Amino acid sequence: MGKAKTKKKIRWKNYLPYYLLALPGIIYMICNNYLPMFGIVIAFKNLNFRKGILGSDWCGFDNFKFLFASKDALTITRNTLLYNVAFIILTTVLAVAVAILVNEIRSRVASKLYQSLILLPYLMSWVIVSYLAYALLSGETGMINNGIFRAFGLEPVSWYNTPKYWPFILTFVHLWKAVGYAMIIYYSSIVGISPDYYEAATLDGASKWQQIKFITLPLLKSTMITMLVLQVGRIFYSDFGLFYQIPMNSGTLYSVTRTIDVYVYNALMKSSDYGMSSAASVYQSIVGFVMIIAVNALIRKTSKENALF
Amino acid sequence: MRERKVKESTVWQIAAHTVMVIGSLLAVLPFVLLIIASFTDNQTALVNGYSFFPEKWSLEAYAYIAREWVTIGRAYIMTIVVTAVGTILSLVITSTFAFAVSNDKLPGHKILMFMSIFTMLFNGGIVASYYVYSNVFHVKDTIWALIVPSLLMSPFNVVLVKNYFQSSISPSILEAAQIDGASVFQIFCKIVIPLSVPILATIGLMTAIAYWNDWTNGLYFLTERNGSDLYTIQLVLNKMNENINFLSNNSELASKAASLPSTTMRMAIAVVGVLPMMVAYPFFQKYFVKGITLGGVKE
Repeated sequence: MGKAKTKKKIRWKNYLPYYLLALPGIIYMICNNYLPMFGIVIAFKNLNFRKGILGSDWCGFDNFKFLFASKDALTITRNTLLYNVAFIILTTVLAVAVAILVNEIRSRVASKLYQSLILLPYLMSWVIVSYLAYALLSGETGMINNGIFRAFGLEPVSWYNTPKYWPFILTFVHLWKAVGYAMIIYYSSIVGISPDYYEAATLDGASKWQQIKFITLPLLKSTMITMLVLQVGRIFYSDFGLFYQIPMNSGTLYSVTRTIDVYVYNALMKSSDYGMSSAASVYQSIVGFVMIIAVNALIRKTSKENALF
Repeated sequence: MRERKVKESTVWQIAAHTVMVIGSLLAVLPFVLLIIASFTDNQTALVNGYSFFPEKWSLEAYAYIAREWVTIGRAYIMTIVVTAVGTILSLVITSTFAFAVSNDKLPGHKILMFMSIFTMLFNGGIVASYYVYSNVFHVKDTIWALIVPSLLMSPFNVVLVKNYFQSSISPSILEAAQIDGASVFQIFCKIVIPLSVPILATIGLMTAIAYWNDWTNGLYFLTERNGSDLYTIQLVLNKMNENINFLSNNSELASKAASLPSTTMRMAIAVVGVLPMMVAYPFFQKYFVKGITLGGVKE
């Protein structure tokens, strides 16, 4: 008994340095992630800065009632979900197609060059991308109105004030920035497929198209499912940069550009409305959490090896 | 038969090259337009719009940047300082934490790992983070606002580094060092870190890019009145956007628009912001691709 005790003491002493090494990370997670989790109570309070979070009065679900009584709740939920669905489908299809084509190209130099160039947009911040979009779309100086449309005798369009074009613009800009990233991931999976399969298929007289259909695509399925799970799990989150910077936070476009993240930003920073913004952000994190757990449970049932946890 | 094969593969080559050339042009041409726009004469831009072949070229926008170098240069220095400090701190915190949880014998290593993974699944939301950072830690209008919130330690990087430690550093080396009397800190600094340069370089690059490109922390935590001295180049660009937007929505203030940088000047500042990335890209491209593929592979 006494021996076991001393043994245990020595053990803890040996492990102390490891805990010390982990400490900065633990402190950071507490400050950055776990303390804010308690901040969820803000959504159930009538926040008063003089009283602080704990001293402020409870207001139950009033903030949520206000949020869901306004038509904003429906718009931002619809925008967030629909854009994400469109993005997930289109990015996957395009990225897989581009990855297969890159893999077909025999010249190594050309293949590397194409990959680098198509990946370039992914490297840029949304602020920079908004300047690129502005150079094309701006009413007075944009190239589309003043160059292309004028040359074809078309009427100029006031892009930043016309909502109907924005679902397409935002989808295009998203694809422009994201396809390179997804393509790299699919390409690295394709490169990992054993060449034996293709050699055997060629000997059997299979065409390129048949090889893609019966070898490449089935072997990409696992990577595709993993990517899909990751994206569907985040379907309640939108890319704030895309929806805030590219439309330049233009009020006339809100009906088609405002997602949950943009709404939270504007309610918090522009109107200092803690009630509405915290209700929306808690709504997002709770439904988002349920989504990722549900998607993972579903995928565990159908193809266990692709589950995240 | 063979002839058909040759023909088929030529068709594929031509099709693949055609699609990829179009894709590459789509990716690159907007940047070319941005650069040409910055060299366009302002009056020409206002009359004809931006174009790949402007009637009149001008260096006026860059002369403006040279005159305003106090502001833009300071933003540059801020960007570099934030990127350097952020990346180094991030590497230290991530690798020490990953080293501790990579030790299977450490009591509680599973709890610590779960603590890290759980942050990927659930969070308190933007408003709660904003409240905690501004009213509990008071980072508003300090340089820490640009370094600490959300970017410092990514659970994803923790997993990558931990897996690397476990798969690439043989436990026998660590045991041998321990028997020789090396302390845990010595083992970490003298053995583990030198053996992990590839993974640390990869996640360091991805972290540095994230800091260089970040503008959301500044958007939330730097106020125009007290924090504009701390603006990075991304935040200067963002602020110009906001000002233009504000003026175009409030036409009675249009007279003020004259004091703002002209349209080609703004393009020139964007070029200055994007240039370092473009110049460095060919050199770090290989590691950038590696960082992406590592991130895409499930553990």
